Amino acid sequence: MEIFYSLLPELIRIVIAAICGAVIVFGNALVMGYAERKLAGHIMFRPGPMEVGPHGIYQLVIDGLKLMGKQLVIPKNADTPLFMLAPLIAFAPVFVPLLVIPFSDKIQGFDLDVGLLLILAFASINVLAILIGGWSSNNKYSLFGAIRSVAQNDAYEIPMLISLLAIIFMTNTFSLKEIAAAQSPVWFVVIQPLAFLIYIVAMVAETNRAPFDLPEAESELTAGFHTEYSGMSFSLFVLGEYANMFIVCSVATVFFLGGDSGIPLPYFEYTGIIWFLLKVYLLMFFLIWIRWTYPRTRFDQLMNFCWKYLIPFSLVNLLITVVMVKLL
Amino acid sequence: MAMDVEILEDPKHHRYVLNMGPQHPSTHGVLRVLLELEGEYAMELLPVLGYGHRCHEKIAEHKPVKSFMPNTARMDYLGALIYNHGYAQLLERAAGIEVPERVEYIRVITSELNRIQSHLLWYGAYLLDLGAFTPIMYAFDDREHILDILEDVTGSRLTYCYFRVGGVSKDIDDKFVTSTRAFVKRLRSRFPMYEDLVNGNVILQNRLNDVGELTPHTCARYGITGPLLRGTGVAYDMRRAEPYSIYSQFDFEIPTGTKGDCMASFMVRFHELEQSLRIIEQALDGLPEGPIMTPKVPKKLKIPAGDYNSSVEAPRGELSYYLVSDGSDVPYRLKVRTPSYSNLSVVPEMCQGMLLSDVVSAMGALDLVIPEIDR
Amino acid sequence: MKSYFSTLFTGAWSLILGLKVTIKALFSPIVTCQYPREKMEVTPNYRGHIDLVKFADTGAHKCISCGSCMRDCPSDCIVVEGEKREGVKGKVLTIFTLDFTKCSLCGACVEVCPTKALDYCNDYELAGFTREEFYFDLLKRVEERE
Repeated sequence: MEIFYSLLPELIRIVIAAICGAVIVFGNALVMGYAERKLAGHIMFRPGPMEVGPHGIYQLVIDGLKLMGKQLVIPKNADTPLFMLAPLIAFAPVFVPLLVIPFSDKIQGFDLDVGLLLILAFASINVLAILIGGWSSNNKYSLFGAIRSVAQNDAYEIPMLISLLAIIFMTNTFSLKEIAAAQSPVWFVVIQPLAFLIYIVAMVAETNRAPFDLPEAESELTAGFHTEYSGMSFSLFVLGEYANMFIVCSVATVFFLGGDSGIPLPYFEYTGIIWFLLKVYLLMFFLIWIRWTYPRTRFDQLMNFCWKYLIPFSLVNLLITVVMVKLL
Repeated sequence: MAMDVEILEDPKHHRYVLNMGPQHPSTHGVLRVLLELEGEYAMELLPVLGYGHRCHEKIAEHKPVKSFMPNTARMDYLGALIYNHGYAQLLERAAGIEVPERVEYIRVITSELNRIQSHLLWYGAYLLDLGAFTPIMYAFDDREHILDILEDVTGSRLTYCYFRVGGVSKDIDDKFVTSTRAFVKRLRSRFPMYEDLVNGNVILQNRLNDVGELTPHTCARYGITGPLLRGTGVAYDMRRAEPYSIYSQFDFEIPTGTKGDCMASFMVRFHELEQSLRIIEQALDGLPEGPIMTPKVPKKLKIPAGDYNSSVEAPRGELSYYLVSDGSDVPYRLKVRTPSYSNLSVVPEMCQGMLLSDVVSAMGALDLVIPEIDR
Repeated sequence: MKSYFSTLFTGAWSLILGLKVTIKALFSPIVTCQYPREKMEVTPNYRGHIDLVKFADTGAHKCISCGSCMRDCPSDCIVVEGEKREGVKGKVLTIFTLDFTKCSLCGACVEVCPTKALDYCNDYELAGFTREEFYFDLLKRVEERE
């Protein structure tokens, strides 16, 4: 019983953090879904959603309701258990990385010593979900999407990790809070601009966003891995995608943009979250912006770019960082 | 179903069949292509046609020649006026009808506007195939202006039936002239934007360079015409090769490429926009006054026995009408040679051994209009 | 090695140019029209389906039920019938229907009409649930019109 009482604060903390995580996942999906459609619209000289509510702000709510109301069609000869499992695998793991992200000095689920590793480990479960979803759909287009996704994510995880590793060498810690705190005078984007650029490119590829949206390349593969998904199982994939975008952008903010640092506000240990979210959503805006600008790359070119440019550059960057850290 | 048997799954070679279409986002209509794939490489391709067949040629054999005019627009909904033009010209040649000069000018201006409209739609749709969503909206923004201009004079927005045997159905006015001039200026000012956003983009360059290369020899074997042929370096354009209407009076260039790949035909089409604008400007400058209809066209147009031909340059290549008449007002046979049909026939050879993504870009470069293939 | 870097930089520059175009577009005014809320002006030359013209001087149509339009129609979608009536010169129109499902809007009927009794209407918002909704009784339409 005493053990229970000693663990109780931690348990309460977990519950609160999980609830906050859910709020972030769904709130982020609403904001991003709306922002994406609005921005896409205005980039194309059209207003975007306008009908539901003033300037269509309830559009996503209505869409969510519609998706919930839709029938879940399971294709004939599909591997039913895996087919149903895949969206859950895509969606469930996104809560864990949210626990360790330091939104501000005091707003953080847990400050783990291995925060970065936890994030990377759980973020890559998404690949498994896409693979299972594509495989179990009994659709050749889905299978293509799944295969592409696995190859792409595996390849792009390498430059992503190496570019982050340069920061790890500088700060000597995996704890996100300490990394964010280490940038108090100068953000790492100034010291490590190359690593930042590599991370941004790898981030786009990791989240399967255009111009690297090969797993769902709709003009080639109809809808890629989620061709056969409908209703809520489809929307779980979308929720997972947006949550993953949020996570990778948060990591970029922590590693390169100084986390919650900014112009001090009252109660900064809490209000730092404003700066943090501002930076995250600026990065997300960038993701949307490039999505509606570029055509899609071809698969072999995508891989070539990774192996010929990103990985060598990130390795050179890491080497220089190591030498500099040793010398200084 | 017989055709499905030809390409069968062959486990020994680790090949399998992918059915692209008839409802695939990048086949733009009801084209179906059977792909035999090895990994993501297409080893064999087989286009399957006939989903949109409407027997236009047979219909022509059953009604008076003049009544076929609206059907021509339905064959190629993007080049409707050019199809009108070819057919009107065919009947005028057959019946020996002289066309007033103003009519020729009106026909050239509207046809060229129609060609720009078709190219703009292709431009947007092709980039959509390549995964860029925004350019199609920019191209449509420009295209709407053409549709508005043409709607004002022809009365419809897509499937025009504007040309008549011996004339056009409605005269153009000052409003048409000013709005066309404004459009020419507008489109010119938009070209730098397209260059920045699309043509120079490194991703697009990589997607299109060295993909789907054709040689003049291949084009000759398959009867490929239009921008694809010009992309291989052959400056063959019906407006120059066999000048019809009053095209010989205008000063314009025929853009050509060198390599014959997708990028070459892409740039040929893009430069053709500018050339069409030049033709429109010159035609507007020289627009004469006069009647818009020959007075001597009989109500029941009897075609003297014999065979007649008329070829025009459609947005996708050479369009020919071939009419055999037995002396009555109903054709004995009307054959339409549509460019997309010949252009499609090269797909099995052109796309062999390509990545699936490249098949999409190569087929998009053909600028297929399916109702024109299945007419 | 030189080309390795030059392709990287020219490529990156082309991507930046593209971003410049779209960010400019993002802050430009929209060009589309919110259709049911606001409508664009339709040109008076728009060719909708045909209608009998109501002439102001007589307050009636001028169809003499000669049937030229019916004969000239490529799609056979017009039916015209008239009858002789005592005390009236010529035939009186009794039936004038248009099967708009078959019409291809070519305009042959309007051009062939000897009395210019036909014209295009400007009605473009046509939608219906059944085929029968597009069988227009033009005679009834002209009588009901103001």
